[in-house]
Amino acid sequence: MDKIDILTGVAVPLKRGNVDTDQIIPAVYLKRVTKTGFEDALFAGWRNDPEFVLNQPAYQNARVLVAGPDFGTGSSREHAVWALRDFGFTAVLSSRFGDIFRGNSGKQGLLTGQVDEADIEKLWAAIEAQPGVEITVDLLERTAAIGDLTVSFAIDDYTRWRLLEGLDDIGLTLRDEAAITEFEGRRESWRPRTLPVK
Amino acid sequence: MSDNAAPTSEAATETAAPEPAAPRPRTLAEKVWDDHLVAKGENGSPDLLYIDLHLVHEVTSPQAFDGLRAEGRPVRRPDLTIATEDHNTPTLAIDKPIADLTSRLQIDTLRKNAKEFGVRLHSLGDVEQGIVHVVGPQLGLTMPGITVVCGDSHTSTHGAFGAMAFGIGTSEVEHVLATQTLPLKPFKTMAITVEGTLRPGVTAKDIILAVIAKIGTGGGQGYVLEYRGSAIRSLSMDGRMTICNMSIEAGARAGMVAPDETTFAYLKGRPHAPEGQDWDDAVEYWRTLQTDDEAVFDAEVFLDGDTLEPFVTWGTNPGQGVSLSDNVPDPSTIIDPNERASAERALEYMDLKAGTPLKEIPVDAVFMGSCTNSRIEDLRAFASVIKGQKKADNVRVMVVPGSARVRIEAEAEGIDKIVEAFGAEWRFAGCSMCLGMNPDQLAPGERCASTSNRNFEGRQGKGGRTHLVSPLVAAATAIRGTLSSVSDLNEPADARETVGA
Repeated sequence: MDKIDILTGVAVPLKRGNVDTDQIIPAVYLKRVTKTGFEDALFAGWRNDPEFVLNQPAYQNARVLVAGPDFGTGSSREHAVWALRDFGFTAVLSSRFGDIFRGNSGKQGLLTGQVDEADIEKLWAAIEAQPGVEITVDLLERTAAIGDLTVSFAIDDYTRWRLLEGLDDIGLTLRDEAAITEFEGRRESWRPRTLPVK
Repeated sequence: MSDNAAPTSEAATETAAPEPAAPRPRTLAEKVWDDHLVAKGENGSPDLLYIDLHLVHEVTSPQAFDGLRAEGRPVRRPDLTIATEDHNTPTLAIDKPIADLTSRLQIDTLRKNAKEFGVRLHSLGDVEQGIVHVVGPQLGLTMPGITVVCGDSHTSTHGAFGAMAFGIGTSEVEHVLATQTLPLKPFKTMAITVEGTLRPGVTAKDIILAVIAKIGTGGGQGYVLEYRGSAIRSLSMDGRMTICNMSIEAGARAGMVAPDETTFAYLKGRPHAPEGQDWDDAVEYWRTLQTDDEAVFDAEVFLDGDTLEPFVTWGTNPGQGVSLSDNVPDPSTIIDPNERASAERALEYMDLKAGTPLKEIPVDAVFMGSCTNSRIEDLRAFASVIKGQKKADNVRVMVVPGSARVRIEAEAEGIDKIVEAFGAEWRFAGCSMCLGMNPDQLAPGERCASTSNRNFEGRQGKGGRTHLVSPLVAAATAIRGTLSSVSDLNEPADARETVGA
């Protein structure tokens, strides 16, 4: 998982509330056997609509999603995070997030910053004034800025630390790798090995 | 699990010459936990436990391997990892390509991943292929005092050896592949003591169905169960596996039986069992694992083995079971409103009327198999009842050995011939109709006496109705065509009036 501190990229306004995980990625895509390659599944129900914001040329390389309230509610599917990440998003800003989605995001390197609803409106206005404009999301300072407009966002300390360090669950455990190796060194020889035997 | 620190009594701290504190009495589960502690969690964070054996199958592993690939991580210990194909595999024409595309994709993905990451895999057609929970023990990989995980809830099976074994999710599968450890929250311990001598026709399956009926499908939540008492001690390893297998149906994290001479005798000489000095060292350690006399369980449950009868489920969760000699219960007599509503819904789904004697319920199918009851002793028990008999005319009977090895062993004993002469189908190994991920399914409305572990709505096929039973009850039912125990075989089938159920 890559470390995040300050990221700059195209911001896209998703001016809808209550975008649940079924809308982020419909259930039909859950049958796949991969954990990557879900970019085509993101918002699949809306992607056929030429008016849909992600279909507009200015937002083709979007990296930061600025969404309406209650983003990521509903089903616990981790695929919702995978789809956003695979499409190229590194951060989502919203005034409220679904709890499970937010937890899943933090574990998989997707920054979810909670921004006051009034500030979301300001960000939308700034983006729409200049479609394709870049936003700078500063995890160190917990701010997001477009030109002169700077808003602050909330993120809990633990998740912020994990994102800054680039630690997924496995990365966290591997910080104890010396202890694992030490344990393996004193593991008794009678314990099972799966290597083929004669 | 409570604090590990040895207790220090007031007296000991005040005396001038303190004696070494006696070790805190511990249960079997606590001992195995303590001996796998890589890092102790602090301030409520989980302990990090080492995993001795990781079993892998095609359904819950693809995204775990894909996660490793995305992060450029290897499998840390391929030598502690083994994979087999079981959930999706057909039990007929196993030399042909798998017809269902999703099933085939999952199998092909496992094969690719095993090759890429260097994991030993037993594919369909291989002599060691089979249900993952049958394969581990038969290879001698499952042994006392180890930790076992698998992305499958019935991993609790392996607790029969005195191992701590539990099912995990796909993210955890990835975690174990990458680190050979798991962060785990503490658990509570529950003793389930079954004393007495089982009557003829009563088996391990009846014990565990009775336990679940007693404590409920949520009764074990947060607990590791330890099965104890003379009735458990007298069971074979196959019987103990049947019991531990269904611990999850009581909601438990795991189920365990302390290792004893029966365990050691089962293990000795198996392909992966320790040898020579390792064997002696292992047995010496294994003998120390049993729960200390002074250890205290967080909860205790008792069951009388002497009076136990063959058991059967009437509803749509494994806790909805009664003795086979009983009637379908009347929901209006259930006090708890949630349970009453659940019973009412269950009877509607099962198309049963309160008060109907269970032995008058006709079935359309009998399924003999699954990780609960597909080992050689299960097949022997089933065959001993049907030998020389013919199945009831309208009943479809399917016998699915748990592994290719079990199938070969059964054929060497002539069990396949007995099954076929009976009019039943003798299939290749796999999970089969236990969950119907392959073509082995019930048709809507069909009623099945099944030796499997879950009677959920639609589990064995959309609209299918499942009664969980032992292999002996399955066999007697296949002969008579109605739910039956072996003792019913002494009277002619038409002596009983069959009512529409």
